[in-house]
Amino acid sequence: MSEQKRRSQTRMVPVPSESIVPERDLGKPPVLETHHLGIEFGGLKAVDDFNLTIGRTEIAGLIGPNGAGKTTVFNLLTKVYEPTQGTVMINGRDTKGMNITQASQLGVARTFQNIRLFSQMTVEENVRIGLHNQIKYDMFTGILRLPRYWKQERKQHTEALELLSIFDMQDLADVKAGSLPYGAQRRLEIVRALATNPCLLLLDEPAAGMNPHETSELMENIAKIRDRFQIAILLIEHDMSLVMGVCEGICVLNFGKVIAKGTADEIQNNPVVIEAYLGKRKEG
Amino acid sequence: MSVKQKKLIYNLVTIGLVAAAWLIFTLLLNHDAGVPRKERILSSSMKDQLIPICCWIVMAVSLNLVVGISGELSLGHAGFMSIGAFTGIVVSGWLLNGFAVEDATLRLVLAMVAGGLTAGIAGVLIGIPVLRLRGDYLAIVTLAFGEIIKNVLNCVYVAADGRHLNLGFINNNIAGTMLLNGPNGAKVKTIATVNAGFILVLITLVIVLNLINSRSGRAIMAVRDNRIAAESMGVPVTKYKMMAFVTAATLAGMAGALYGLNFATLLPTKFSFNESINVLVFVVLGGIGNILGSVISATALTILPEKLRFLQNYRMLVYAVVLIVVMLATNNRTIRAWFNTLSERLRPGKREEAKSHE
Ligand SMILES: Nc1ncnc2c1ncn2[C@@H]1O[C@H](COP(=O)(O)OP(=O)(O)OP(=O)(O)O)[C@@H](O)[C@H]1O
Ligand SMILES: [Mg+2]
Repeated sequence: MSEQKRRSQTRMVPVPSESIVPERDLGKPPVLETHHLGIEFGGLKAVDDFNLTIGRTEIAGLIGPNGAGKTTVFNLLTKVYEPTQGTVMINGRDTKGMNITQASQLGVARTFQNIRLFSQMTVEENVRIGLHNQIKYDMFTGILRLPRYWKQERKQHTEALELLSIFDMQDLADVKAGSLPYGAQRRLEIVRALATNPCLLLLDEPAAGMNPHETSELMENIAKIRDRFQIAILLIEHDMSLVMGVCEGICVLNFGKVIAKGTADEIQNNPVVIEAYLGKRKEG
Repeated sequence: MSVKQKKLIYNLVTIGLVAAAWLIFTLLLNHDAGVPRKERILSSSMKDQLIPICCWIVMAVSLNLVVGISGELSLGHAGFMSIGAFTGIVVSGWLLNGFAVEDATLRLVLAMVAGGLTAGIAGVLIGIPVLRLRGDYLAIVTLAFGEIIKNVLNCVYVAADGRHLNLGFINNNIAGTMLLNGPNGAKVKTIATVNAGFILVLITLVIVLNLINSRSGRAIMAVRDNRIAAESMGVPVTKYKMMAFVTAATLAGMAGALYGLNFATLLPTKFSFNESINVLVFVVLGGIGNILGSVISATALTILPEKLRFLQNYRMLVYAVVLIVVMLATNNRTIRAWFNTLSERLRPGKREEAKSHE
């Protein structure tokens, strides 16, 4: 009890507070822990000493000015890059030396800032790729069309439509992914990521290119997804209404370094954050 | 009509077309067998081309699996055909000389299976190091592979001495009946049949079309469309690249065995870089990723040079011009639009594509 109290007090600004985990997740092991995570690109420290802990069912935000290193953090968490310093622990497992596929199999799924759909394939097929490791059968079953093929295909189909219905997209199942409008492509990426049955969902600017109406709908859906799947969500976003509206904990990055952590209110009123976004106020 | 139905129809049309051709040619061949030369419907050159056409269809469809579906460039597909052909010739000759297997069909089947196996193994050996890499390494390595195979087979001598196979490299002083004779090629007892050709085409189509419309095939296409996204979905990229590449190599090996057992002599230089490029031309002209297109273009482009024989020396010139004209035509907006409306009902996803081009 007192331990919980202590941690909930230390979880706010200023740095270096370790944790912004909401209280309901404190008893359980965190989904993600990073310790002193860092990467250098030829002398440039894109991310430096990045410490973050995310609870089981937390919705957390990662914000910061352009070029702060937010996407690079995602690339480190999903093993697109191997960190030059520090560790990434997913579900208590150290991901050192793993590749992207292995990290995904540990339960991390993501969307991309510059959309990466399988554009020549249909919406449903995109989701089915997300189900690749969930509903399986091997190559020969597929070629010989054994009974298991039909059974698993039907399962994939039902599951894919079920997932698409989160965003009311089941009617678009047969449309080529590349020909969807921008907002729908972003939503499809989320559905596809959810299909992998993750415990941590990483969203890289999910509202980019969406109109205000779509954005507020997305905000509701992010909360719904968390409630329904009981997963943790970490999102990068420049739209502050979305971040402040849905994120329980927020981590602010500038020039690769964490400059603040805390709740929406704390972040909004933090002078260091305001300075990072707006520049230093001139004296006199 | 849903995409699923369209795909089903497309697959049925592809397989139905080949099955119908098989039926028609069987009837024609039966008819021709019983009547004097004058009343025959099939010209003898057409008849001789049936088996090679089947082989080239299999080559084109299997290469399309690598180039169109898996999105990797392979420039040495004829190398796998060559391995299959010479393995098939050795196996068939060995069975006849060493084991007195008189049944030609059995020999043919075993030769094709062996040809497919060795070519498949060669595919694994090339794929393991190369398919891990990104970029155009596969094109370079397969190109080299095709040339190496051609030159190696140019130096290989194989003789069947009873049940014993004697192997000579550069050294042709080996005992027994010569099966492979280095640069002088192989003397082959031809056992290939038109039926075997059509069956191989049908097997190939069923394998490739069923693969494309399955979990594995979708994974292969996902890796093609976006490698990083596929990896992030937990798809093991190398495994699926291997799957497409080795399947294609195996099919090419089987086609090679059939091809090799169709001619009285076969020189290793037959399977040169030119042949690999030729198959690539079939694939590109028929449409990258379009299996039915590969079947049609392989057929048309195998017949065409024969039909142009009357032009003598100008033959290849005209062939080249025809290729260029067809490519220009298929890239022309108006002609494509017209073609699209025609084939809209046949080809999956075509309508969306046409829309997104505007
Ligand atoms: N592969 C790389 N090689 C070299 N530098 C890189 C690489 N990836 C990122 N960087 C650099 O790291 C810094 C952070 O980039 P990152 O894409 O993470 O920013 P971001 O916070 O996502 O910005 P934005 O809001 O614009 O998306 C930038 O200066 C970028 O140029
Ligand atoms: Mg970014």
